[in-house]
Order: sequence, then structure tokens, then C-alpha cells
Amino acid sequence: MHAAALMLADSRFPGGGHAHSGGLEEAVARGLVHSESDLAPFLAGRLRTAGELAAVFAGAAAHAGRRDAGVDHWRLLDAELDARTPSPAQRTASRAQGRGTLRAVSHLVLDTLAAATPRPHHPIAVGAVVGASEGAPADAALTVAYLAVSGPASAAVRLLGLDPFAVNALVMRLIPVMHTVAEYAVRHAGTDPADLPAPAAVGLDLLAEAHDRHSQKEVRLFAS
Amino acid sequence: MPVEHTHTHPVNFDPTATEPDPHAAATHAGRAFRLGIGGPVGSGKTALVAALCRALGGQVELAVVTNDIYTTEDADFLRGAGVLDATRIEAVQTGCCPHTAIRDDISANLDAVEHLEQHHPGLELIIVESGGDNLTAVFSRGLVDAQIFVVDVAGGDKVPRKGGPGVTTADLLVINKIDLAEQVRADLGVMVTDAHRMRGELPVITQSLVRTPDAPEVAAWVRDRLAAQPA
Repeated sequence: MHAAALMLADSRFPGGGHAHSGGLEEAVARGLVHSESDLAPFLAGRLRTAGELAAVFAGAAAHAGRRDAGVDHWRLLDAELDARTPSPAQRTASRAQGRGTLRAVSHLVLDTLAAATPRPHHPIAVGAVVGASEGAPADAALTVAYLAVSGPASAAVRLLGLDPFAVNALVMRLIPVMHTVAEYAVRHAGTDPADLPAPAAVGLDLLAEAHDRHSQKEVRLFAS
Repeated sequence: MPVEHTHTHPVNFDPTATEPDPHAAATHAGRAFRLGIGGPVGSGKTALVAALCRALGGQVELAVVTNDIYTTEDADFLRGAGVLDATRIEAVQTGCCPHTAIRDDISANLDAVEHLEQHHPGLELIIVESGGDNLTAVFSRGLVDAQIFVVDVAGGDKVPRKGGPGVTTADLLVINKIDLAEQVRADLGVMVTDAHRMRGELPVITQSLVRTPDAPEVAAWVRDRLAAQPA
């Protein structure tokens, strides 16, 4: 694992991730998750859907970052992930974290990405940072696969007061799946952006939209 | 064998010493002055922000970012108070960790600040109000140019003595709600003495927004800070 990937996966990395729950807060508000046993399938489902999509694009972005791709390629990659993110609220959340990642890291490759889009999607920013640091697509893919789970897991501890050891055990149990997801992403890292896979989770899309609406009318503690 | 300490240091290495921060916050000519207002829950941060909006709004182009854990609560309060145009108020969600959003990971707040600057060219002052937190919460210098820490007499007259980075290092300490001192049996004299002892030369202002709703002393302090900025 490349140290740039470790930095990005660290919850202390100042890229704005701490305020995002990945749909978990809305699921909690609706009574869909209230214990460790409900959290397990939420995390597993998120990893195989949103996590897989993020891993695919992080892997492709790392591939692009390693070969110092041009503005047009970054724009295309970003647009293709936009097309695979039907929920406007999720797009906003992803772009907020992508912008946060760029803010926290500075590198010439990232200037090219920022020239293509100043608020790139989060997986693309992560992949670009790893690739620019000469990390591998696998490092980037594994990072976002892990973040797809660790963010909501931490939110569950904060919102529900769950036992942090029990929650961490759930994250640990998903480690083999994270590697499977990352390996899948790596196989597509050099694929034309238009032909990249498009795994989806309609449930998470709907939770993100509901969260966005509720955050304007009632209390929501997370940005997504 | 101990070596005799004969030389002097340009800075004081005594960790218990209180003195003004020798490092000025980086100034950025051409953008709004960023002022953080922090302090415990219920100490009167939002009321102070509203007072500053009333006192300064006529002369200074200003906007506000709120960080209440119940994120829209303070923004709604300010909109309802009618002291500021609704488009000049941004609310930030902090994921249950208000101190993280102003100190360790400031990106959401910087996003909000930049959003306001883009939509209101010519802003001179952006007030970032933190969510109510504990005495250890301070603003990062990456987010604000100066910060005010607000405590109140009803929170207990031991608060200044307890110290913490908010009380000891904020550019201005405000002891609020002094009209309640008698009712809550707080010794204001002790609070002020403790505050000065903990803060060295840094200023302390006591106020009651019941008696002086426009916070004249704090507003004057803010005006001085704005005047000291490079154009």
C-alpha cells in the first residue's frame, strides 16, 4: 500500500470526509439501521455498489495520474462518473470531498485535474493524488473501497452510540470484500472512460435525496 | 552533569507562560477578513453574531457562516432576526464534531467562505460561528484571521480559571450575560481576574446584550481589527 493512499484513507486527513455519512444518517433517521446487526448489511451493500463504483473510477484516475493525462481526459473521466451518479445530492457530496482533497494536497498533476474541473468527484481526486505520487491503481481503488465503509461506520458510532469495537469488527470482516472490489477495479483501470462499469445502488441514491430534503427542513448532522 | 543554562531563547519555552501569540495570522489582501466566534453551548455566540450584524451591517459588507450541530438553527435565528440578507448566511454540517470542522478539517467551512466571497464580491468581513463546544475548541489559523471566545456567567464563574486554548489564546475573550451574575451567584470580579491571569496581555470584554444589545465594545474591537488590515 502506497503511503499516499494511507494518508487519504486516514480519518485525520483534512479533506472534509468527517461530515459525510454516506446515507447512514438518513437510514438511521428512518429506523432502518439501529444496531450493529443492521449496520453490517448496510456496509456490505454500500461496499459492493457505491464502493465498487468509486473504486473503478479511483483506479482509472490513478492510471491517468501515473501517465500525467491531459485536461480532456480528466474532464471525460469526471463526466462519466457524473453520468453514473444519478442523485444530485450524491454528486454534490462527492464533489465537496473531491474539492476538499485537492485543497489538502498540492501537486502538478492535480493542477491539470483542477483545470478540467475545480470540484472533481472524490474518487477521481483520490485516484489522481495516488497516481501523481506514483502509487498504483490498486492503492487508489482499495482506499476508496475502504472509505466507502469506514465513513458510514464512524457515523454510526457517532449517531447511535454503537460500541466502536463491535463496529470496527464489522469493518474488519469486510476486508476480503474490499480487496475483491479493488481487484475488479484494477482490471478496468486502463479502460476507456465511457466503457467503465456502472454498479449502482438505487436505495443509496434515494437515501441521499431524502437526506438532502430533510436537511433543509429538520435536523441533519451530516452533509450527506 | 547538568550544563549551566547561560543563553537566552527568542521565545519563551515555558509551557505554562501566557503571552500573546508572536505570529500574526497570514493576511490575504483583497479578500474578506475572517473572524471566528467560538465558545460553549448557550454562551451567546449567535446573539453576539446578531449584535455584530446590527452594529456593523450598515458600514461593513459582511456575511456569516454558522456551524451549529443542529445546522440550520442558528442560520434560521439570524434570518428571523432580520439582521442580514438570507443569501449572506451559509450553514455548515459538522458530522457531530463541531471542533473538527473549525480546527482539524476546515474544508467545509472554507467551501462556505469561498461560496460567500464568490456570490458577494467586495465582502469585507466574514464571521464564522462555531457550533457550541468545549473549552478546548479553537479555530485553525487556516480558517480565520482572528477569533473571539465567548463564555457566560451562567456557565459558572470557574470557567476562565479552567483555561483551555479557547480561554487562553483567543484574540478576544468575551464574558457574556453579566446581567445574570447575581441570579446565578457568579462572582464577576473573580471571573475577570482569572481571565486576565490566564490570558496575560490579551483583552477581555464583559457585556450584557440585554443592557447593550448592539455589543458596542466588541463591535469597536472588530472595527479596529478591520482597520488594521492591509488594503
